[in-house]
Amino acid sequence: MNKPRPLYLDNASTTRCDPRVVEVMLPFLTEAYGNSGSRNHAFGWEAEEAVEKAREQAAALIGANAKEIIFTSGATESNNLAIKGAAHMYAKAPEGQTGRGHIITALHEHKAVLDPCKRLQKEGFDVTFLQPPADGVITLDMVAKEIRPDTILVSIMWANNEIGTINEIPAIGKLCHDKEIIFHSDGTQWVGKMPTDVERDNIDLLSWSGHKMYGPKGVGALYVRRRKPRVRLEAIFDGGGQERGMRSGTLNISGIAGFGKACELCQHEMQSEGERLLKFRTRLETELAKAIEVTQVNGNASKRVPNITNISFGFVEGESLLMGIKDIACSSGSACTSASLEPSYVLKSLGVGDELAHSSLRLSMSRWTTDKEIDYTIASITKAVLHLRKMSPLYDLYKEGVDISKIQWQTH
Amino acid sequence: MAYSDKVIEHYQNPHNVGSFGSSKEVQARKDVGVGIVGAPECGDVMQLHIQVGENGVIQDAKFKCFGCGSAIASSSLATEWIKGKTVDQALAIKNTEIVEELSLPPVKIHCSVLAEDSIRAAIEDWKKKNGIATAVNAHAAHAH
Repeated sequence: MNKPRPLYLDNASTTRCDPRVVEVMLPFLTEAYGNSGSRNHAFGWEAEEAVEKAREQAAALIGANAKEIIFTSGATESNNLAIKGAAHMYAKAPEGQTGRGHIITALHEHKAVLDPCKRLQKEGFDVTFLQPPADGVITLDMVAKEIRPDTILVSIMWANNEIGTINEIPAIGKLCHDKEIIFHSDGTQWVGKMPTDVERDNIDLLSWSGHKMYGPKGVGALYVRRRKPRVRLEAIFDGGGQERGMRSGTLNISGIAGFGKACELCQHEMQSEGERLLKFRTRLETELAKAIEVTQVNGNASKRVPNITNISFGFVEGESLLMGIKDIACSSGSACTSASLEPSYVLKSLGVGDELAHSSLRLSMSRWTTDKEIDYTIASITKAVLHLRKMSPLYDLYKEGVDISKIQWQTH
Repeated sequence: MAYSDKVIEHYQNPHNVGSFGSSKEVQARKDVGVGIVGAPECGDVMQLHIQVGENGVIQDAKFKCFGCGSAIASSSLATEWIKGKTVDQALAIKNTEIVEELSLPPVKIHCSVLAEDSIRAAIEDWKKKNGIATAVNAHAAHAH
């Protein structure tokens, strides 16, 4: 770990755990190591107190009541619990039958939403996967058009993890409330970065994760509305009945304490942090576009969270670009960086075109990102793109005025 | 993914980058063979230009590549290997030799296949321009 570390611009993937968070966590590993379920001794009380404090901090961040927070292992578990738990609880027909109910989600959701929905499809539920428009924003109208009498659940993420676009969550939530449909949102890229109020925003179920907001990995939360309506879920983990029976298992006390602290810090710092991050994002996008022709910022120009930008650099393949900026840690939508050898399904679903998906970089910033790092990133990317364009046959064709999309390529 | 030193070296200092003219210019030149293989939507396009003497020896080769580091290295290496060879000798180059030379991992084997394909395509183009019968299946399909 003593080698010089690359500059880190992959915060939509995970963040550094804030040292102030670590400080809160440590005593629960070393001295106050009790189980919050132990009701008869001081160790247990201490642990329970820490959990309840964290529950208050998490609830405060999203305008909820502490009783509405269920601690989980992270957003993947929260999404699974919310989607499968609600579908099974509100199913219109018993297991083994079809016509168990209709669910609406979108094609560019995270796999932790898509895959539970696909599993439910196999179990006899109908699922509509909304096709996002070119700007990536799911609107009220798109959801409204798909609602049916048997719709039981709508799950739409708040902000997209690859392009940072923000969906029309409060309006979709309102519609769901009016129609008495349970509304879940995957808030992993939103909560802690943007002001959230589950009352104002009409949310029934909200998932988020500690490690995307400067907390530890392995801990997350699910908000479960308790009144108007009272949302019930069928548990996935059965056992000791912790977390109001919705999530059995000994609580991850140190993780939860850290999660709570991370929520508190985000609540206090989100505004000033958001302003800083937006300046960085704007600078990255405008200066890269100025230095490099044929760049395209993916997703809606303004409806995006401030910490994520996704840019396609035409005629240059993403993995080779990452190789050219190897001292900057970030992600690409290129096929070569994924196990499946398929380019980003998120970018594909927007109709960006496979070629531009292969050419994309996602840069995501944190509370520790500096002006100097942004300068360095702009210079490095510019240099790497120009190096690769000298080698790019597609750039030559573009310069000759040939329309690349009209060429008959030998696909394989 | 960690790259081999040879891939990194070719990426940073690729050999024989370039072309013998625009697509129109090379089309008109009988001594130049052009091979373009792959597709942008697949994330790899290799373009190989070969200049062939009357004796059938490849005198010079230039490449351009849209693709990952391994694709760039494979095409850079291919140009090195075919220069000075007769077209028949060049046709004998196998993608597995490229894999070995660059220590490509299994997930990158398709890059070496593209390099082999680009050599075949460029030679085929040169032969066609010069009225030389091309071998049946010179453009053999590869499973990739």
